[in-house]
Amino acid sequence: MLASVLTLGGIGLFAAVALGIAAKKFAVEIDPRELAILEVLPGANCGACGLPGCGGYAKAIVDGSMAPNLCTPGGSETIEKIAHIMGVEAISADPQIAVVCCQGDNSKASLKYQYLGLEDCNAAQKVADGPKNCPGGCVGLGSCVRACPFDAIEITTEGLAVINRLKCTGCQKCIATCPRSVIKMTPLSTTTHVLCNSTDKGALVRKYCQVGCIACQICKKNAPESYQIEKFLARVDYDSAENPEAVVEKCPTKCIRDFSTGYPEGSSFSAPSPVKKPEQVA
Amino acid sequence: MNLKAMNLKTFKGGLHPPDGKEFSATKAIEVCPLPEEIIIPLAQHIGAPAEVCVEVGAKVKKGTLIATARGFVSAPIHASTSGEVIAIEPRLHPMGKALPAIVIKPDGEDAWDENLKGANPDDLSGDELKACIQAAGIVGMGGATFPTHVKLSPPADKQIDTLILNGVECEPYLTADHRMMLEATEQILDGIAILRKVLGIERAVIGIEANKPDAIEKMTKEAAARNIEVQALEVKYPQGAEKQLIDAITGRQVPSGTLPMEVGVVVQNVGTAAAISDAVRLGRPLVERVVTITGPGIKEPKNLLVRIGTPLQFLVDQCEGLNGEPAKIIMGGPMMGQTQLSLETPAIRGTSGLLIFRKEDLPRYEAGPCIRCGRCIGACPIHLQPTAIATYARLDLFDEAEEYHALDCIECGCCTYTCPATLPLVQSIRYAKAAILAKKRTI
Repeated sequence: MLASVLTLGGIGLFAAVALGIAAKKFAVEIDPRELAILEVLPGANCGACGLPGCGGYAKAIVDGSMAPNLCTPGGSETIEKIAHIMGVEAISADPQIAVVCCQGDNSKASLKYQYLGLEDCNAAQKVADGPKNCPGGCVGLGSCVRACPFDAIEITTEGLAVINRLKCTGCQKCIATCPRSVIKMTPLSTTTHVLCNSTDKGALVRKYCQVGCIACQICKKNAPESYQIEKFLARVDYDSAENPEAVVEKCPTKCIRDFSTGYPEGSSFSAPSPVKKPEQVA
Repeated sequence: MNLKAMNLKTFKGGLHPPDGKEFSATKAIEVCPLPEEIIIPLAQHIGAPAEVCVEVGAKVKKGTLIATARGFVSAPIHASTSGEVIAIEPRLHPMGKALPAIVIKPDGEDAWDENLKGANPDDLSGDELKACIQAAGIVGMGGATFPTHVKLSPPADKQIDTLILNGVECEPYLTADHRMMLEATEQILDGIAILRKVLGIERAVIGIEANKPDAIEKMTKEAAARNIEVQALEVKYPQGAEKQLIDAITGRQVPSGTLPMEVGVVVQNVGTAAAISDAVRLGRPLVERVVTITGPGIKEPKNLLVRIGTPLQFLVDQCEGLNGEPAKIIMGGPMMGQTQLSLETPAIRGTSGLLIFRKEDLPRYEAGPCIRCGRCIGACPIHLQPTAIATYARLDLFDEAEEYHALDCIECGCCTYTCPATLPLVQSIRYAKAAILAKKRTI
């Protein structure tokens, strides 16, 4: 009895002392700033910064290997807090959010065939390059909806992906999964976008879509500084977006949309509140 | 003939869908007339697409080389009638995309190229015969279109001892091989003799499903004198899949990720054997094939001898046209065939059938949750767990899907066919396979 108590007690005592010494001797030093940054990061592990998780990003900021303003989901609030922890000046980036650059839903764009397979855009894309006649339009089977960690995307009743501008954090997970690269990153401060992704010639686009860009150059005439036609598709230079009302109004196919006036038809999202400018966010 | 007494062989797994062969099994092969335009795609075989070697405006004869093979795993392409090359441009391909094709306007004479010379196979060596087969652009006529000369070139360390001729035709509705065995028996047997000489082996077995008793009888009678065995097989899909056929006839299992030559077997379709005979004896390249035009959406189903490149619409017209509004156009059989976007696409070397269904022939059921009944596992001829792989595929967990041997799936569709919850199992597995292969390419 006594022997077993002493033996076990002795082992316990020895182990306790050994562990105590080991804990002191082999302690891993964690920069307190790393823990503090981890506290302020959103913790979604979304990957928007380019690393798989928030822990890695916090470490990278402290190492100095990555800039402190790469957390798009956190917004400028987080960026400022990180800057404060690191003792640097906050360089608030204009937050970027994702926009589905297509309005050709089932009522507006024609189909090559009726797709009855697996409910997944990537699977549909493998069948004769997708069910739509348009090579760039939204497939509408919701791969992006399933990829979005923030529940910010829905498929409208007419089969088109739409991103909620208030919920999108710019993590780019949807962009990674979209087989047609129809989702693009745009500055949150701009609400006017070219919602077409077809690089076909105008005459061809007209054949398969009512709301596609036909490269008519009218937007370019109204705002030569900010609109360019490249590969038969209007492109916006967001840094000099001028004259947006006229551009939206004059676009003959209405493929340029101002999101502040509402989302595409069939969406359950309500019109977004007036856009917050990046400097007002904090 | 008493089939029960014939000791039918088979593999483990599989199933027997209603086969619909009654539409066309008794129809003798008819020669399809000349269409107004022949569209010959450059990608008609597994491997690199052929390279054009004629110019627009060139006059060609039937059998003239119009595109050369690009590398060893590739096949040359020949004009399928005489006429003028009017365009070389992208045309709708059976794969569903516009791919480069040579368009020929027939002159109506359908004259063979006079440079084509046949030879007596007894005068040629094995290698010369193989060169003949390669030059004639012979590919697997069962539908997979794997270049035949590649199959006939096993590495030196692989000992081949058996040649299996695939006359199974397990795909429902198709009867092209069945009719070939009845009507081109002599050519098939001659082709087998050539194949035996190329491979330097004696044993040749023709496998035929028991639902073609007339073909079994005819082949058995003719083959006996030439020391060729005929093996009747149980009526079960996918009995005609290469590895399942080898298992049934020889009892050998081809290891995962390897080719039949691993177990000393070469498998060729009976149609390929007939094409080889023509290529050697008459010097005629592969420019036509038998196509079964069938299905409830066709007024008068037929087996037609079709020139490669004939538009599908023209084939339908030869069969008294459509019987109602078509809802699904399938090139090949219903289990593994390729759905077509339109009847504009041409028949190519792998086109074993054209199957048309109307909307009323295609009931659709809402997919429900998996009820863990295990039917897909019982039906899988590869002995995989389709439901597990499909579940992983739908969750985008491709590493796990690969661990469950997704890449061994032959996409026969038995799992989807048998699933009482009508889950898209084979579709999910195909999706996983594509993702796994894409990942392997990037690494």
